[in-house]
Amino acid sequence: MSKIEIKRTLPAHLPPQTRRHDFNEVVCGYTVEEAVAEAGRCLQCKKPLCITGCPVKINIKEFINFIAQKDYKSAYKTITDANLFPSITGRVCPQEKQCEAACVLGNKREPVSIGHLERFVGDMARREAWHEIHGRQTLPKKAAVVGSGPAGLACAYDLAKAGLTVIVYEALHLPGGVLTYGIPQFRLPKEIVDSEIENLTRLGVEIKTNSVIGRIHTIEELMTRFDVVFIGTGAGYPMGLAVKGDALNGVMSANEFLTRVNLMHGYDFPRYGTPVGIGKNVAVIGCGNTAIDAARTAMRLRPDNVYIVYRKRLEDSPARKEELRHAQEEGVQFVCRTETKEILSDAEGWVSGMDCLRSDEGSSASFLLEVDTVIYALGTLANPIISRTTPKLKIDKGGYIYTDKDTLMTSIPGIFAGGDNTKTQGTFTTVIHAMSTGRRAARGMLEYLNFSIEE
Amino acid sequence: MFEITRIENFSPTTFLWEVRAPEIARAARPGQFVIVHCDETSERIPLTIADFDADAGTVTIVIQAAGKTTLDMMAYRAGDRIANIAGPLGQPSEIENFGTVVLVGGGLGVAPVYPILRALKIRGCRTIAIIGFRNESLIFWEGRFRDYSDELIIVTDDGSYGEKGLVTQPLKRLITERQIDRVIAIGPLVMMRASAETTHPFNIPTMVSVNPIMVDGTGMCGSCRVSLGDEVKFACIDGPDMDGHLVNFDELIIRQRRFVKYERQSLQLHEKKCQK
Ligand SMILES: Cc1cc2nc3c(=O)[nH]c(=O)nc-3n(C[C@H](O)[C@H](O)[C@H](O)COP(=O)(O)OP(=O)(O)OC[C@H]3O[C@@H](n4cnc5c(N)ncnc54)[C@H](O)[C@@H]3O)c2cc1C
Ligand SMILES: Cc1cc2nc3c(=O)[nH]c(=O)nc-3n(C[C@H](O)[C@H](O)[C@H](O)COP(=O)(O)OP(=O)(O)OC[C@H]3O[C@@H](n4cnc5c(N)ncnc54)[C@H](O)[C@@H]3O)c2cc1C
Ligand code: SF4
Ligand code: SF4
Ligand code: FES
Repeated sequence: MSKIEIKRTLPAHLPPQTRRHDFNEVVCGYTVEEAVAEAGRCLQCKKPLCITGCPVKINIKEFINFIAQKDYKSAYKTITDANLFPSITGRVCPQEKQCEAACVLGNKREPVSIGHLERFVGDMARREAWHEIHGRQTLPKKAAVVGSGPAGLACAYDLAKAGLTVIVYEALHLPGGVLTYGIPQFRLPKEIVDSEIENLTRLGVEIKTNSVIGRIHTIEELMTRFDVVFIGTGAGYPMGLAVKGDALNGVMSANEFLTRVNLMHGYDFPRYGTPVGIGKNVAVIGCGNTAIDAARTAMRLRPDNVYIVYRKRLEDSPARKEELRHAQEEGVQFVCRTETKEILSDAEGWVSGMDCLRSDEGSSASFLLEVDTVIYALGTLANPIISRTTPKLKIDKGGYIYTDKDTLMTSIPGIFAGGDNTKTQGTFTTVIHAMSTGRRAARGMLEYLNFSIEE
Repeated sequence: MFEITRIENFSPTTFLWEVRAPEIARAARPGQFVIVHCDETSERIPLTIADFDADAGTVTIVIQAAGKTTLDMMAYRAGDRIANIAGPLGQPSEIENFGTVVLVGGGLGVAPVYPILRALKIRGCRTIAIIGFRNESLIFWEGRFRDYSDELIIVTDDGSYGEKGLVTQPLKRLITERQIDRVIAIGPLVMMRASAETTHPFNIPTMVSVNPIMVDGTGMCGSCRVSLGDEVKFACIDGPDMDGHLVNFDELIIRQRRFVKYERQSLQLHEKKCQK
């Protein structure tokens, strides 16, 4: 055991000084040598605890062993039995809370870099086009999938593989959900999302963009044209700031900011028509993944200062650890234990500063943060369009759709839901969680249609 | 891709597009809007559905060239295609037999009033329409309005046609002289505010159609927030129709200037392109 390196093999990163001003991917990904070396650190435990930490129970031990043996194709097969999109999850899963948190090596040494290895396999599969199109049966049933985020994509994938005719309806002009409009390019390059979606269309899935369900078709209408429906509309509705000054010019939600930059290419204004509209000193309120993404994205638009203003301590942040580190390296300034009391206005209705209150053990002090832009990332709620236009759909007080624990069927027979819009107390809102509920719902849908599912 | 089947020019800066979008045409109701995204590099902009024809599979929008995106739209010809159009978005207007309804349209706001007027008339309301333009040359759809209005009052700023003055003058006259059960006002923010202020002392329910800057139109970004009384509403999912007596117009007017600096920059780019 002493042979095991204490430190994990780190893939190359772009240097902070240059990357903070461009949108290139920050983490370069393992070379073959690095991957094999890191795979060699795995103890191949009798009881591989890592697997218990993965929400979709990938056989981590096995796929790592395949990498160590340089049999990457088998590694890919092992991963994709449980997880269809390793290039994505390898990049965005909060591994330090999931698989890597459970890895036994973590007790005395650094845990195996499961995420980077998973991404390595996914990326190789993409480059080598291993993605196989199954010679598949066709079943005489049709499914509608509403929303093309990770939940909808995973659900559509499994339904199509099982042989159903699948149409995905997406409200925006591009598919992918948060993967497309939220998570920035430097963390998850758009080519990766695009290529996964292309694989899906090669399986025969049709994606109809510009289709806001509840408006263009109601769920009830879909029920007359499809045998089963999956609702994966996410929880994109931004929670407000609710302090004085929250409507001033220069205040916007992280969703608006990220959408302007990512979906609408606002960083390339005026060549692209959508402006972003941030100033020289930017405060981002909140410290989750969304806040960190907003702050790092703002950094790339070259303001003078970017602050994260957070109510709690940095250690309390729910964001991925790697991202917090990257943000610090890139020069984002953290103002912790600080509450925003009021956003101040100049004579014309633009942000001129933020009145803050900082609390340390027992004492507190007010101060003025000089900013001209405030981006708030305080969490989101379920979007109300579907629930308002589908009276029979049972929702909870927060607007989240009620589903059966096992089948993920909603209160309406034949209609299933998953992903962020079905959040229940104690569940995570992560990409992998959305994907796994999408897959579970697909299983529920097939059972509902009385098809047996191959294991 | 969506085909523009017909273009009609109302004036040098206002024009109509009929776009083939059968599913939107089938689902559309008065008061709703679409988001148009002409090509990959353009902005997503909201435009009210001015008419829809489920049989022909078309929706009609009437556009005022105000900045880069809308000016660029003037270069399209019938038969051209645009990349994306999403809709119908927003809540449909309430259509009931309210009794006597005054519908006020100012400038381009005249177009979105039309489908509401038609639906209210068909539902049995007595309809009085007041439509206002800067001058005679900008007037459009007079005939369409006549078809569905029990009374039609046209005003122009300069008196070149109909009554001279602002739409609020005949509105004030009507509500003082007769029993009016509901007012619907659509047009520039200042005109909607003035209409709401006119009816407020008379306690006449007054709906306006708010037009804040939007991005997605699906409730995801919050760009379109409007303060309604002490609540925050999103115009794209809660509106665009809102109670004119509760809308915070001052805030809305300031918020419409959120991107002025950039709009100017965009405009310069458009002008450069045109010179070439
Ligand atoms: C900025 C940001 C960063 C994040 N970073 C991470 C991370 O690093 N790791 C991680 O695990 N998780 C992260 N998350 C959380 C993660 O992205 C979400 O949990 C996940 O995307 C949820 O997937 P979903 O499919 O349920 O919904 P979404 O991804 O939200 O997709 C829903 C889709 O449905 C569409 N839609 C909505 N309403 C309708 C309708 N009526 N009709 C048709 N279509 C509709 C939407 O346009 C959207 O495309 C992040 C989230 C954000 C916002
Ligand atoms: C629900 C809704 C319905 C609308 N319906 C119509 C319609 O039927 N016909 C029509 O011509 N326009 C309509 N608008 C306004 C239209 O969306 C804007 O004129 C358009 O976005 C301007 O884009 P631009 O790039 O050409 O101009 P920009 O360069 O963005 O702006 C140019 C000028 O237009 C003003 N402006 C920008 N955004 C808006 C806005 N949302 N509303 C009003 N003025 C704005 C700016 O203050 C500026 O003075 C509607 C807006 C909303 C929210
Ligand atoms: S899916 Fe996520 S949690 Fe599971 S092994 Fe991969 S990176 Fe870890
Ligand atoms: S727990 Fe860690 S060391 Fe053990 S099998 Fe899993 S990854 Fe390898
Ligand atoms: S336009 Fe984005 S929430 Fe209304």
